[in-house]
Amino acid sequence: MGTVEGDQLRDLGRARLLTRQPRGGLSEPELRLFDDPGDLEAGIHPTRLRPGHVALGIAVLLAAAVASLLVGPADLPPGAVLAQVASRIPLLDVHSHLSATDVAVIWQLRMPRIVLGALVGAMLALAGASYQGVFHNPLADPYLLGVASGAGLGATIAIILLPQLLSWPVSPLPLSAFAGAILAVAATFALGRSGQKLRNASSLILSGVAVGAFFTAAQTFLQQRSTPVLQEVYSWILGSLSTAGWSDVELILPYVAVASVVLVSCRGLLDALSVGDDEAKSVGVRADRVRLIVVIAATLGTAAAVAVSGLIGFVGIIVPHTIRLLVGPSYRRILPLALLFGAGFLVLADLVARSVLSPGEIPIGVVTAFLGAPFFLVVLRQSRRFA
Amino acid sequence: MLEIDNLVVELGTQAVLEGVSATIERGSWVGLVGPNGAGKTTLLRAVAGLIDYRGEICIDGCPAPRRRPRAMARLVAFVPQRPLLPSAMTVSDYVLLGRSAHHHVLASETRRDRRIVAAVLERLELKPFARKPVGELSGGEAQRAVLARSLAQEAPLLVMDEPTTSLDLGHGQLVLELADSLRREHGLTVLAALHDLTLASQYAERLLVLSGGRVALDGPAADVLDQASIERVFGASVEVLAGRDGLVVAPVRPRRSAAGQAGSRSATPIASLR
Repeated sequence: MGTVEGDQLRDLGRARLLTRQPRGGLSEPELRLFDDPGDLEAGIHPTRLRPGHVALGIAVLLAAAVASLLVGPADLPPGAVLAQVASRIPLLDVHSHLSATDVAVIWQLRMPRIVLGALVGAMLALAGASYQGVFHNPLADPYLLGVASGAGLGATIAIILLPQLLSWPVSPLPLSAFAGAILAVAATFALGRSGQKLRNASSLILSGVAVGAFFTAAQTFLQQRSTPVLQEVYSWILGSLSTAGWSDVELILPYVAVASVVLVSCRGLLDALSVGDDEAKSVGVRADRVRLIVVIAATLGTAAAVAVSGLIGFVGIIVPHTIRLLVGPSYRRILPLALLFGAGFLVLADLVARSVLSPGEIPIGVVTAFLGAPFFLVVLRQSRRFA
Repeated sequence: MLEIDNLVVELGTQAVLEGVSATIERGSWVGLVGPNGAGKTTLLRAVAGLIDYRGEICIDGCPAPRRRPRAMARLVAFVPQRPLLPSAMTVSDYVLLGRSAHHHVLASETRRDRRIVAAVLERLELKPFARKPVGELSGGEAQRAVLARSLAQEAPLLVMDEPTTSLDLGHGQLVLELADSLRREHGLTVLAALHDLTLASQYAERLLVLSGGRVALDGPAADVLDQASIERVFGASVEVLAGRDGLVVAPVRPRRSAAGQAGSRSATPIASLR
């Protein structure tokens, strides 16, 4: 993108396409109102992702990952840890002198946990940003729309009612969580729509709250009826990356990958939605279809993330809004950056969660909410100013 | 260019348009006038493919591709009466939205898209505001930005719904002159609802007078706008004068005495209150 040849080739390709298909039978070529051959576009700078922002996001993620790798109850020497990681990089001739146990701590405990944290954080932030875009609602996040509590109910049902299935090669837990999440979003959609305008921020949030409360109530009822698994359900709900192994990473990676590709490719369409459904349609963008695709992708990814990590709140609102404050309102920038900063943020939050009371752990959901609640209030004040 | 045949639109249970038919020639300017609630906006939205309708709308002899918004957007550009302005978006990003139907759904804009946006901004004297957020524009500038977005669509039919409502006289004239010069230079076809009958008669070659969801009158302004028809359709007391570029429709105070004007005014509820 950006090279003159590439653009010209693409233009040529499109021109050929246009002459081949008459498009609704238009007999004459489209009106060329402004086809000035001059080099006028010099003054036009469409909002694009900036390399500097991406580099910053990668730097934050790397820094968080390295810090996370070095800190832990096993108290390994930092130099040896880094040497051990470097020794796995092909073509680098580095040797560390760690015992087999220490190597296992690095590769089977710390590393998968970092990767899992990064995937979950990226997914939650991206889903939050996408929800905010399609609902024209600055306060939408996976939690507020009831996705997470829907997934929570689904996961609880899986843990309680289908314990024998947990030994399956493919765990039913994410599938069940996914089904619950879809149900919750559908219910929130239906309730929000009955208030006529889907764009209405408060009616959507309220219906999300209602749906979330309902699913949480059902979940509480179920778990109280099955005290033997109470602890398992509870530790799942509070959110933790502590049971992480590579299997969890493998489980959610396809979901997160597909959802991320879909959502990030919709970034330009989300900008078009900001003029409202009607005007978006008049410039040729089907808002309802975009909204459906985005909600499905975001729900799928969120459900997978929540299924392995529990209900980690506020990531979907802290990260996109911080990015928005820094780089402006265009989703062309927000969505890709949400991936990077979301990943970095959750890896850092997990570091806090497991090192503040080391060797004990605070549930990571507590850490993100502790940071998120005050931030939420700031965002609330901002959005009131714009309303 | 545009043939509308027996158009019926129902919103909820209420019929808003009850069999509207009209033909609009390529390169002409047709003004749509009528009292509040006559169905002007509904007609324009149907032509732009934004609402469901019964009957037939043909563009260049073919049924409008109303189920395919991208194809519609390349045929009809729509300027809404109250556009929803994304206040933090830059003007050039906003105008680029008009190119959405021209590049691939998921791709970003091409060099040609940027060139067209630059030319449109130049033409509408918006170049200095290209990087400014839309929310910081004045009313006139914002209206021009909306027009710029629809012109960037390069659609042969420009549909405008009361484009001068939020503008003062000078800025209103500027917008209308722009549309008219593009029409003359490039054969753009314009269908515009205008509430100001004087402006409508100055710019439109033909007026479509809508009343109660039907076409009440159809013809050149000089033929359809006279004191009696305006009183009948709009329930307004006016004097119609001959101006330099068209008619001047000047409102006058309704006669208060029961004698003189009673006949023509008695049909309206306002008159019956008096």
